[in-house]
Amino acid sequence: MKRRKAEWLTSLPTLVWLTLFVVVPTLLVFVIAFRPANPYGGIGRGWTLDTIRALATPSTLLIAWRTLWISLLTTAICLVLAVPTGYTIARAPARLRNRLLLLVIVPFWTSFLVRVFAWRSLLHPEGPIKKLLEALGLAGPDTTLLYNPVAVVLVMVYTFLPFTILPIYAAAEKFDFRLVEAARDLGARPFQSFRKVFLPGIRRGLLTAVLVVFIPALGSYIIPDLVGGPSGEMLGNKIAQRVFSDRNLPHASALSAVLVLAVLAPLVAVLVLQRKDKKSKIIMGEAP
Amino acid sequence: MNSEFLEFRDISKSFGAIRAVAGVSLGLKKGEFFSLLGPSGCGKTTMLRLAAGFEEPDAGRVFLDGRDITDLPPDKRKVNTIFQSYALFPHMTVRDNIAFGLAIAKRPKREIRAEVGRMLELIRMGDQAGKKPDQLSGGQKQRVAVARALINKPDVLLLDEPLAALDLKLRQKMLIELDLIHDEVGITFLYVTHDQAEAMSLSDRIAVMDGGRIEQVGTPAEIYESPRTSFVAAFIGDTNFLEGRIFDCPDRDYCRIAIPGLPEVVSFNDRAIQPGQPTYLSIRPEKVHISHERPETEARRNLLPAVVEDVIYLGSNTKYWVRAGSYRIQVLRQHARYFLDEQPIRWKDPCWIWWHADDGFMLDHFRKADESLLAVPPQRVGD
Repeated sequence: MKRRKAEWLTSLPTLVWLTLFVVVPTLLVFVIAFRPANPYGGIGRGWTLDTIRALATPSTLLIAWRTLWISLLTTAICLVLAVPTGYTIARAPARLRNRLLLLVIVPFWTSFLVRVFAWRSLLHPEGPIKKLLEALGLAGPDTTLLYNPVAVVLVMVYTFLPFTILPIYAAAEKFDFRLVEAARDLGARPFQSFRKVFLPGIRRGLLTAVLVVFIPALGSYIIPDLVGGPSGEMLGNKIAQRVFSDRNLPHASALSAVLVLAVLAPLVAVLVLQRKDKKSKIIMGEAP
Repeated sequence: MNSEFLEFRDISKSFGAIRAVAGVSLGLKKGEFFSLLGPSGCGKTTMLRLAAGFEEPDAGRVFLDGRDITDLPPDKRKVNTIFQSYALFPHMTVRDNIAFGLAIAKRPKREIRAEVGRMLELIRMGDQAGKKPDQLSGGQKQRVAVARALINKPDVLLLDEPLAALDLKLRQKMLIELDLIHDEVGITFLYVTHDQAEAMSLSDRIAVMDGGRIEQVGTPAEIYESPRTSFVAAFIGDTNFLEGRIFDCPDRDYCRIAIPGLPEVVSFNDRAIQPGQPTYLSIRPEKVHISHERPETEARRNLLPAVVEDVIYLGSNTKYWVRAGSYRIQVLRQHARYFLDEQPIRWKDPCWIWWHADDGFMLDHFRKADESLLAVPPQRVGD
C-alpha cells in the first residue's frame, strides 16, 4: 500500500500537468464545438448542433478526405524509404553507422520553416527542379510543381522521413540478424527472409514509425499552407482559417475535434495491437 | 577423393588482417559424425559457415556430393545449420518454426502438417507445439532447432556449438539425444565445438584445429592415443612433454632418446627419424605408473626415480606431480582396488615412476607455447 502511495506521489506532478494542459483543453475543444458562434469572434450562449451539421458540407468532406489520403500516402512512402535505410544503417560498420545517423539528423539543425521555404524556391516555376525537368523534356512550360497535393506529399515525406528512419533503425539495430541467416539456411531467398523474419522482427519500430508520421501528418498546417495552394489544403489550414479569418471558434473546434478523433483511432488500434504483443511496454519503447 | 561427401579443398578465408582459415583441406564421409574441435578463434566456426554458405572462401572450393557448391547461396545448399544461439524465429510458434523450411519450399499443407507432427514426435515436444520460443527452456529450444533443421532432410547437418548454452546436466542429456538422432536419421553431421569431451564422445572422426589450420584428423582414439603435435596432445586430455635427442634406433620400431637430466628413455618409433635429431615425447599421465617400491627392470620399460611434489585425490583416481630431473611429471593413478588398504604415496615421498616404450609418443611438431595448455599446479615455495 505504501509503495502505491509513493508511486502516486511521484507521478502526481505529471498527472496535474497533463490534466491541466492536455485533457482540459481537449475537452474544451469538444465542448465549444457544440456552442454557437457570436459575431465578435467569441462563443455565444446556449447549445447548438449547427456547427456539427456544417461539417458535412462537400467542401469540408473533400478536405477531410484529402487530409486522410495525403497522410496515409506520406506514411506509406516514408516507410518504404525508411525500412531499407534503417536496415542499411543498422548493418553498416559501427564507425560508418554514426556518420550515417548524423546525416539523418542534420536537417534538424535548420529551422523547419526555412526548410519548407527552401522547397518553395526549389519547386518554383523559375526554380532549378523545374528547369532541370524542362531540359530533360519531362515537363512542359505549363507544368506546375508547386501548389498541388503532390508538392504537399513531397515536402511532408521530406519532413517526416528522419522521424521514420530513427525508430526503424533503433529496432533494426536490436534485431538479431542471425535470424535472417537462419531463414536463408532453411531455404528462404533474400527477400523472403526479409519479409518473413526481418519485418516481423522490427514490427514495433514500424508501429512507432507509423504513429510519429501519420499523427503529425494529419495535423499538418505549415506545409500545405506554404506549398499546397488551394488544391492542397488540409484540415489544419481550414482550422486556422476558421480561427483567424472567419473568427468562428465553434467551427474551428468542431474541425479540431474531428482531427483529435482521427488521431485517437490509429493510437487505439496500435495499443490494441501491442496488447496482443505481450512483451510490449510503451508505445515509444523503441524510439531513440 | 570421390568418396568424400562434403569436401573442403585448399580453403583460405581472412577477415581483415585476421587469417581465420589458412589453406585447409578436409573431407567428410557420408553419414559420418564429424567434429571440428579447437579453441575459440581457431577457424572452426568459419569452416562451418563456409559449408553453410554464409561466408565465401578467399581461395579454395567446397564440394557436396561431388558438386561444387562454393558459389551457391545458403538457400540453394542442401545443408542446414543448428546455431549456437538456436536462432529460433521469436514471432513464430514451435510448430511454425519447424514448418518454416517446408513452407518456404511451398510444399502441400497436409504434407507439412504430417512432417511437423513426425518431427515433434522425434523431439518429444508434441504438447509444446503452440508455444513461442521465449516460453521454452534452453533444452527445448535446442530440440526445436534440431527439428527445424532436420525437417528439410539436409545432406549435411551443421551444428555450431549446439550445447554451449546449456548447463552441464542438460548438456550430457542432449549429448545422448544428439547421438541417438544421428543414428536415427543417418545424416552426415559436421559438429563444431571447443569441448573435447563432447567431440570425443560423439564423433566418428575429429579434426583438431588451431590457428586456422588442421593439426590432426582421426578417430577419437587415434587423436588421443597418438597425437601428432604438441597442440593436439595438450588440448585433448593431459600429457607430459619430454625434450630430448635421438641417440640411436637399434631396431626400426624403437629409438633410444637422451634427455638431459634423466636416464636414457626408449620410445616407440613409427616414422623416419635419424639419430642425432631433436625430438619431443608426449606421455599421457595415466600411462605412467607410480610406486614406492622399485619395480623390476624390463626391456622397453622406462624407469625413473622421482620425488612427489603434489598429490590431488579425486576419488576414482589420484593425480601426482613428481619431480624427475628438471621435469615435473604428471601421473594419474586409477584406484582399481580398495584404496585405504594401501600405504599412501605422500608429498615429498621418494618414489619410482615408469612407462612402457609403446606408451610414449614422439611428436611431429612441438611448440613451447602449447605447454601452457596443461594444468600444472604452481611450484611450492621452499621446495
